[in-house]
Parts: sequence; structure tokens; C-alpha cells
Amino acid sequence: MSEMWLLTLLTIDATLRVSAPLILAAMAGLFSERSGVIDIGLEGKMLAGAFAAAATAAVTGSAWLGLGAAVLVSVALAMLHGFACITHKGDQVVSGVALNVLVAGLTIVLGIAWFDQGGQTPPLASDARFQSHHMPEVGFLRGIPILGSIWYEVIAGHNILVYVALLSVPFTWWVVYRTRFGLRLRAVGESPAAVDTAGIQVEWLRYRALIITGILCGIAGAYLSTGQSAGFVRDMTAGKGYIALAAMIFGKWRPVPALLACLLFGFLDAVAVRLQGVDIPGIGEAPVALIQALPYALTVILLAGFIGKAIAPKAIGRAYVKER
Amino acid sequence: MNRELPRWIDVGVIPAINILLAFLVAGIVVLIVGESPLEAFDVLVTGAFGYDEAIGYTLYYTTNLIFTGLAVAVAFHAGLFNIGGEGQAYIGGLGVGLAALSLDGALPGWLVIPIAMAAGGLFGAAWAFIPAWLQAHRGSHVVITTIMFNFLAAALMVHLMVNVLIEPGQMSPQSREIDASAWMPFAHDVLAGLGIEIARSPLNLSLLWALVACVFVWLLIWRTRWGYAIRTVGHNERAAVYAGIDPKRVIVGTMIVSGALAGFVGINEILGVQHRLLLNFTAGYGFTGIAVALMGRGHPVGIVLASLLFGALYQGGSELDFEFETITRDLVVVIQGLVILFSGALAYMLHPMALRLWRRFGGGEPGP
Repeated sequence: MSEMWLLTLLTIDATLRVSAPLILAAMAGLFSERSGVIDIGLEGKMLAGAFAAAATAAVTGSAWLGLGAAVLVSVALAMLHGFACITHKGDQVVSGVALNVLVAGLTIVLGIAWFDQGGQTPPLASDARFQSHHMPEVGFLRGIPILGSIWYEVIAGHNILVYVALLSVPFTWWVVYRTRFGLRLRAVGESPAAVDTAGIQVEWLRYRALIITGILCGIAGAYLSTGQSAGFVRDMTAGKGYIALAAMIFGKWRPVPALLACLLFGFLDAVAVRLQGVDIPGIGEAPVALIQALPYALTVILLAGFIGKAIAPKAIGRAYVKER
Repeated sequence: MNRELPRWIDVGVIPAINILLAFLVAGIVVLIVGESPLEAFDVLVTGAFGYDEAIGYTLYYTTNLIFTGLAVAVAFHAGLFNIGGEGQAYIGGLGVGLAALSLDGALPGWLVIPIAMAAGGLFGAAWAFIPAWLQAHRGSHVVITTIMFNFLAAALMVHLMVNVLIEPGQMSPQSREIDASAWMPFAHDVLAGLGIEIARSPLNLSLLWALVACVFVWLLIWRTRWGYAIRTVGHNERAAVYAGIDPKRVIVGTMIVSGALAGFVGINEILGVQHRLLLNFTAGYGFTGIAVALMGRGHPVGIVLASLLFGALYQGGSELDFEFETITRDLVVVIQGLVILFSGALAYMLHPMALRLWRRFGGGEPGP
């Protein structure tokens, strides 16, 4: 097998690993924003989920209980967001910022108080984490030329949450485009008044969208602290929530394009990591920081309407006030 | 929002209760981690005001927060949410540093300082201009673009500090030190010249500039035609158009002012304290500015008071690290989040209840 081929496969493999939490969070954002609620708070919910998962897994020794705790905490935060901007019609952006700041502080304060390790959770034993699956049952696939190496290096060998992340895309697509709930979800993001006239409760519909957002963000957080790494470190999301938000916008609020955007952004990140300290002929040392900034730059360019047009759901950002 | 409620309840009592709620919840967090909230409060207050040096530090933090708070507030008045204060402050600092580093040997200090200050404002304004222009002319949402610009600023700074501006022969990404002639004078030096002795602290004359900025913002928003246009666009863009105001120009102009104000953080940090360019000197001031602006309700007087409170929290917070085993300065971040939640997102939560109570006990018009 040529070295180039293996390098390509390993980069794609790394891309999947880096993209998984982005995909989950982007799908999470999609539900919220399609219902007309801006969600700047993806970052905060993910971070809270990561902390809850690692803390629970550290105490109980079970990755699954950790995942449950992450989902619970993240949904609770989503409900707080709903309470502020659906029930009390507060500003959605302000509420999202509040969540992010609050969680950034709270995870460290609680982490230090509970585990006394400078804001980290204790390192997790391997059975308190989500293990990689090499699927030995189908190990014979490895013998097939080309396909076998793709199978072994890229597709197999991830932890289960990576596959959950990938499955969340067809799931989201199916819910949004093929169910009654999805139809109403899209309608309430475009014209809540019409949905209200049809006798459907706008607020409850938006709350349900936020519950799904919370669940997906919780899984993304659990992936970070109990899948990808073995424990929680302070500020471990490091802007991934915002990248996911950008990817969702880049995908024009649609599941499959959003997935592709996540993969693109993940790929850029994986490449940047690989290029650390590498000399490129003609340029000199690779400008890693600038490569990592590309997702943000691309999103701005897209929003400016220079690559296609990104049109947000029409009613986004506004609380629904029933006519009297 | 509620015309029926008297003004003193609407802008006095309810905001005060909201802030109390924020601190109450913070107190519960302290209880959860097993410490006494009153003791923590005591440490915070003593740490912030208990001795000379502490007051200096508190006012130094206050200076940064006045700048970012004003930046967020000015944009709010035009109905814009500028989350990009952090990035604008970062790039503003870059402008201050570049100007000072390139001129400090060639020109006398009294000339370098104003040029560097102007460069800070200019760079901050430029960093806000792009999202503003995109919002006005291409319809890109300023919230999202300013978030992206925060990350772009951070990446640009890392690139510049690591690859371009690093002092040759140094390991850590810092520039060389700015010549002492171009430093913003420290308060303890200036006061010593006047015969008043105070403890050494990072407090410098940038505080005066922050207060000047407050007066400027007050004049701009409430005493000029421009301010009228800003507030009109903020209240109702369509009405503004009928009043002959061009919202596009107002959006771009307001964001330029907002970005320049945030950029002034660079004066306090680079010219006043660090005396060299380095990474991460903005330390979240841009985000705290959101809390400050919300708490100060967009008015310069409120912003000075809120900055003082958060400045005290920043300084008192560092004292928490020494006095407690389980609480650290990160508690201040929690308080900040709670203030944004209660004074911002949940600002109207208490209105219906207040209205009911007012109708029952306060007289006014009888309820429907």
C-alpha cells in the first residue's frame, strides 16, 4: 500500500473524528433554528454536557450513565433558553450568550469543588469511556484490496458516538422533511401566525424542538469528554459550538449540506493539525492558525452572499406574540 | 414595554431585583460547593476595596469594562447586537501596539501616545466595519458575523505573534517592549508627581479617557441629530426610513463607533499595562461588556456603575483563589452569566407580576 494512500485514509479518519461533535451540534442547532429560535448556546450546552458526562462517568464508572447525565443537563439548559425566550419573550441572542458564559464558569467552579483537580475531572478508566469498535465479526473485510483498507482505516474503529453522529443526519432529514412534526417545525419557523391559526400551539412546538436540540448537544458533549478524550478539561469545547453553528448556516439550515460543511470544517482542522510545523515549499512554515480560521472566513463569505445565498428561517429571532 | 408602570419601578426596582436574583443564585452555587456565601461576599468586597492596591486594580479592570460596555451599548441603541467586542478590542490592541512599536524611537512620547490611541480606535473600528457593512448592504446577520470575526481576530493575532511580531530570539510569542517614553503614565506616578502617595497598581490614565468616552457617548446618543437617528433605527427601522433616515448609514456608522470604543481597550492594556504586544490580553472583557451594558441599561452612568461592580468582582475574584480552597475567580464568570441571564434574557420576567401588584396596591388606573 502506498504511503500517500494511507495518509489520505488517515486524514479522512481524523476528519470523521473531529467532525462528529460538529455534526451532532449542527443538527441540534438546525432543530432550534428551524423552529425560529436562534441558538448561540450550542457551545454552552455542549460544554455542560461534556462536564456532566465526564463527572458522572468518573463517579459511577459507566459511560452510558455519563451520556444520560449529559443529555439531561443539556436539555435542562435548552429548557432554560426556552423559558427565557419562548415563555418570557426575552432576546434569544442574549439568552444564548448568558448560557455560554454561565456554563463556562459553572463547569470550572463545580469541577474544582467536586474533584479538586484545577477544573478537570479525574482521568477516566477505559471502561468508563466509549470504546472504539473494530467490529471483529467482519474482520475478513480487511483482506479485500482498497475497500479493505478503507474499511479498516476509515469506517471501522470509531467509538459508537461517531456512528450516532453520522446517523443523526438521516434522522434529522427524516424528521424535518418526512414527518408531521417536521412540517409543523418548518412552518413555525417561517410563519408562526399561520401555525397558530391552524390550531397548533406555537410555544409547545418550539419547546419540543429545543428538547431535541438539548439531546443532540448532550451527546456531542459526551463524545468530547468520554469518547474522544478521557475526561473533562476546562473550556474543552473551545469554540466547537460556534463552528457547528457556522456549519449549520453554511449548510443553509438543511441537514445534508450542513453535514458536508461539518466534514469540510473538520477536514480543515485535521489538515491544520497535520501541518503543524511542516514547511511548505514556497510558503515557508504552514500558517496553521490561518487554516484553522478558514471555517469562520468561509461562513462570513457565504453570509455575505458571495457563494450562493443563505436565507434564514423567516421568523427566526422573534418571540411569537399571540394576537388578541 | 409597560406604559402603565411608573418609571421608578420600570427602570429602578425591577432591574435591581433582577440583579439581586443573579447574586442570589450565585450564592446558592457557593452553598452547593460547601462554602458560606456571606463569607465569599466579604472576601470579594475586601479584595476589591479593602486596601490601596486593590482599589487601583479594581479601577484598572473598570477601565476596560467601561470601553467594552459602551461599545455594546452604542450598538444596542441602533438595535444591533455587537458580540464582537472581544475581537475589536484584540485588533484595537494590535493597532495600538503597531503604532507604538513603529514610532516609539523616532518620535517623542507625547506624540506617540495620541497616535497609538487613534490607531487603537481606528483598528477596532475597521474590524467592526466589515460586519457592519455586510449587515447593511448584504443582509448578513451582524450577530453571526461578529462572532466569526472574534475567531478571525484570534487566529490573525496568533499568526502575527508567532510568525511575524515575535521578538527575535524569544520563545514566547511576544513583541519587544515599547519604549518607556510612550507608556501611558501610571496613576501612582502621576499622583506622586502631585505629592500624593498611592500604592503601585496597573491603574493608568486610560481611566480618564474612558470617562471622556462616557461623556462622548452620552452626547452622541442623546444630544445629537446622529444619536436621534441611531435611536430611531433601533426602535423602528421602517419608521426611520419614513423620517428620512438612511438605516444603512446609521448601521455602519454606529458599528464604527462601537468598534472604536472596544478598540480603546488596547490603550489600557498595551500602552498602559503590558507595554508590549502579546496574546490573549483581552481576557474576556468584550463578553463582560455585554453584561455591563445590559446591567447599565445602555446609559453611560449605568455603565460606569456596572463596570465598577464587575471591576470589583474581577479584582475581588482573584482574592477568592487565596482565601478559599473550593471557590476560585471563576465564580465571577458564573455571576457574569447570571447577570446576563436575569438582566438581559429574563429582563421582562417580573413585569406581569409587578403590573399586577401595582394595580392592586399602587393605585394607578384600575385594571381592565
